[in-house]
Amino acid sequence: MQKTDNSRRDFLKSAALAGGGFMLSFNWFGKEVLAADSAVAATTAAGDFAPNAYLSISPDGIVSIFSPNPEVGQGIKTAFPIIVAEELDVDWANVKVLQAPLDTKKFERQVAGGSGSIPHSWQRLRKAGATARQMLIEAAAKKWNVSAAECKTEKGYVIHITSNKRLSYGELATDAAQITPPTDVKLKDIKDFKLIGSTVKNVDNKPILTGQPLFGIDFYREGMLFSMIQRPPAFGLKLKSFDATAAKAMPGIVDVVSFKNKVAVVGKSTWEVKKAKDVLKIEWEKEGNLESTDDHNKLFKELLDSPKAEVRRKEGNVEEAFKNAAKIIESEYQCPFLPHNPMEPMNFFAHVREDGVELVGPTQTPANAQGQTAKLLNIAPEKVTVELTRMGGGFGRRLGTDYVLEAVEVSNLVKAPVKVIWTREDDMTGGSYRPAVRYRFRAALDKQGNMIGYTLRGVGINAGNPTRENNFPSGAVPNLLIDSVDHKSPITTGPWRAPITNFLAFAEQSFLDEVASAAGKDAVQFRLELLEKAKTAPAGPVRYDIDRMKAVIELAAEKSGWNKKRKGVSLGFSVYFSHASYVAQVGEVVMKKGKPVLQKIYAAVDCGVVINQSGARNQIIGGIVDGMGHAMYGNLTFSEGKPNQSNFNTFRLIKMNEIPAVDVHFVDNGIDPTGLGEPALPPTGGSIANAIFKATGKRLKNQPFIEQEEKLLEGIS
Amino acid sequence: MAVYNLNINGKVYKTDVAPDTPLLWVLRDHLGLLGTKYGCGMAMCGACTVHINGEATRTCILPVSSVSAAKITTIEGLSEKGDHPVQTAWNEVDVPQCGYCQAGQIMTAAAFLKSNPKPTTEEIETAMSNNLCRCGTYHRIREAVQLAATKMKQ
Repeated sequence: MQKTDNSRRDFLKSAALAGGGFMLSFNWFGKEVLAADSAVAATTAAGDFAPNAYLSISPDGIVSIFSPNPEVGQGIKTAFPIIVAEELDVDWANVKVLQAPLDTKKFERQVAGGSGSIPHSWQRLRKAGATARQMLIEAAAKKWNVSAAECKTEKGYVIHITSNKRLSYGELATDAAQITPPTDVKLKDIKDFKLIGSTVKNVDNKPILTGQPLFGIDFYREGMLFSMIQRPPAFGLKLKSFDATAAKAMPGIVDVVSFKNKVAVVGKSTWEVKKAKDVLKIEWEKEGNLESTDDHNKLFKELLDSPKAEVRRKEGNVEEAFKNAAKIIESEYQCPFLPHNPMEPMNFFAHVREDGVELVGPTQTPANAQGQTAKLLNIAPEKVTVELTRMGGGFGRRLGTDYVLEAVEVSNLVKAPVKVIWTREDDMTGGSYRPAVRYRFRAALDKQGNMIGYTLRGVGINAGNPTRENNFPSGAVPNLLIDSVDHKSPITTGPWRAPITNFLAFAEQSFLDEVASAAGKDAVQFRLELLEKAKTAPAGPVRYDIDRMKAVIELAAEKSGWNKKRKGVSLGFSVYFSHASYVAQVGEVVMKKGKPVLQKIYAAVDCGVVINQSGARNQIIGGIVDGMGHAMYGNLTFSEGKPNQSNFNTFRLIKMNEIPAVDVHFVDNGIDPTGLGEPALPPTGGSIANAIFKATGKRLKNQPFIEQEEKLLEGIS
Repeated sequence: MAVYNLNINGKVYKTDVAPDTPLLWVLRDHLGLLGTKYGCGMAMCGACTVHINGEATRTCILPVSSVSAAKITTIEGLSEKGDHPVQTAWNEVDVPQCGYCQAGQIMTAAAFLKSNPKPTTEEIETAMSNNLCRCGTYHRIREAVQLAATKMKQ
């Protein structure tokens, strides 16, 4: 292994590889560029200089680009390398994409969450590609004895413009490694993008479509043991005692161990440990409240009237506004808990050895997995390596590290490499849910139908702050009060795709529809008027871009034919700003045999520059299908702390025959890109419910819709 | 435990497992054929779909003892070079997001198109609706099945 160091001199020394390749690793903070060979780069040890990303070009012209962030289905493993390749100016067909392992020194924010990867890395990735391109140009110029300004690049070649001499990046690789990296490189003009904004296929299509091992659950190692774990069957219970005699006598079982209220069966195959787990005899005892959904429903009513609430935002004089109101509208909306249900259940591989810990598996937060493992075992984080696998979905579930630490605990107890696997039932009953929340909205209208007062009380079960107090319509209403009350429960919650806004957006956009109706105004006009007020007479800080929100509203209205009456067609409007992107939607409902049928959703999206048309559209459509599915059917209820649904026979996921057509339009404004993993989901429930209201006069207020208005909704497809 | 000589993807695989072991776990834990996925363990999601004598079949509740004489095809054996028309269509339409359910979707679609080479949209929906995709790639799956049908006609 070659030694690497931070100094420029060392860069020059070590950059040329044994095979004559040219390898660069980049500090994405934009200052230093340093070479390393791939082995060093892939297994950077403590004390090494650790730039944030790297690409390599081999003499045969193959460009390898490491993608550092976890791939959870959001398409980052395709999008990141597109950005590097664009600025590098290479033929995409010659790019090889590799997943980088966790490296907290070299990379920053190796996280899949909050739709934040693209905005965080956009400039860094561009600079990485552009710097390499500039060095290749300089290497060619030196060889030809011409000025770099006389050269251009094209699809992996440097070309001397006047003589038309050409050298491929592969041919230049060794020489380019001797070039001093420029500190300031010029990035492409957005209008010159060829790859960014084109249609690029998922880089892992081949292995996915041919069944090659890619996912955490596909990780197998010689001598590895399998483990399944029995956790408390209800929230509020703890382990009292267990008898593993029968389980231990089962074939293939190596050991049964216990830690932190859990009992783990360890054995030689998945099926054997599952069967043994089923014969464990365990006694549980109460350690907290055993809460039921009925209790929560009663509790919500109390909390909505509680005098003790945390004020999140206050503008003007709300009492005065409601006293002077010509009309007051009040409405409540409620959602249940939801499990994440990624198709790949929780699993992780851990090997706790004397000299360190090896972790392999699906995680949205590898740095947390490393840090918490180190803390658990009281060792230095550098002793813990984390290899990232492709994830079979996450939706926020794999932001947590509980299942990673389980693998560490078991491996540590049995002193062997172990893969922990959860059954679907373990997964669905295991906690970390989207919290159940209830909202009460009130609006005061003056005689002209202007919204002069607005209040929102959000109450939730382990929801933290269930409001997003600075989101629209804050800033557009002169007298406003947003507050919340949280109930602490043994039922564990966690971030679920578009946390809080996955339901708040539905409630808010439905309520604004109610207010618009009461004011006798068109839903689109009403929202545009509010934005105009936020612009001309802002009430407190405005934390969203008024013009960008207006633009998606207008685009969705245009594409859906909002102002054109079509016989038998009812349209519903919704718009939401979340995770730095703007999405407006129009739901289109027709009546068939007296029932509403959702036939189409139009979406207008502003995420700035679209990196990959195919990936971006996939995210928008997927987010809408997800939002619709959970609004319609998703429901996790509890009886005495125990989840009543534990598999897909009782928890209903949306199916192919239940989806509407989706028509996606992007705003093309050239603004730096933002993420798309989440923003399409929040507005979905609202566009559907508002269209159904228009078609039927019935307002859906509680999710899942199917249980609120079963008869009304039978016909939705 | 019992010894089975399983006929998978045109090869014979010998394995010694408990007769009630679901085929899914024999494939994954004992034979290293990892393309067939575990999703629910109760034949509700379709991630574990393979072909048993040409029929799309869920393997998470299928005891190995019941398929000892069957011809089994998994995603790894659907085509030699990954170029079955369904796989090609899936790539052209760029279906996957996370990709986890797609092997099961493809196996279901391939068996369906064999029995119904000219399906209507409704028939596709009926055939594919019990394969769950948590990412919501249903639009593209439907489009890919339609495209595969045209490819198979040629």
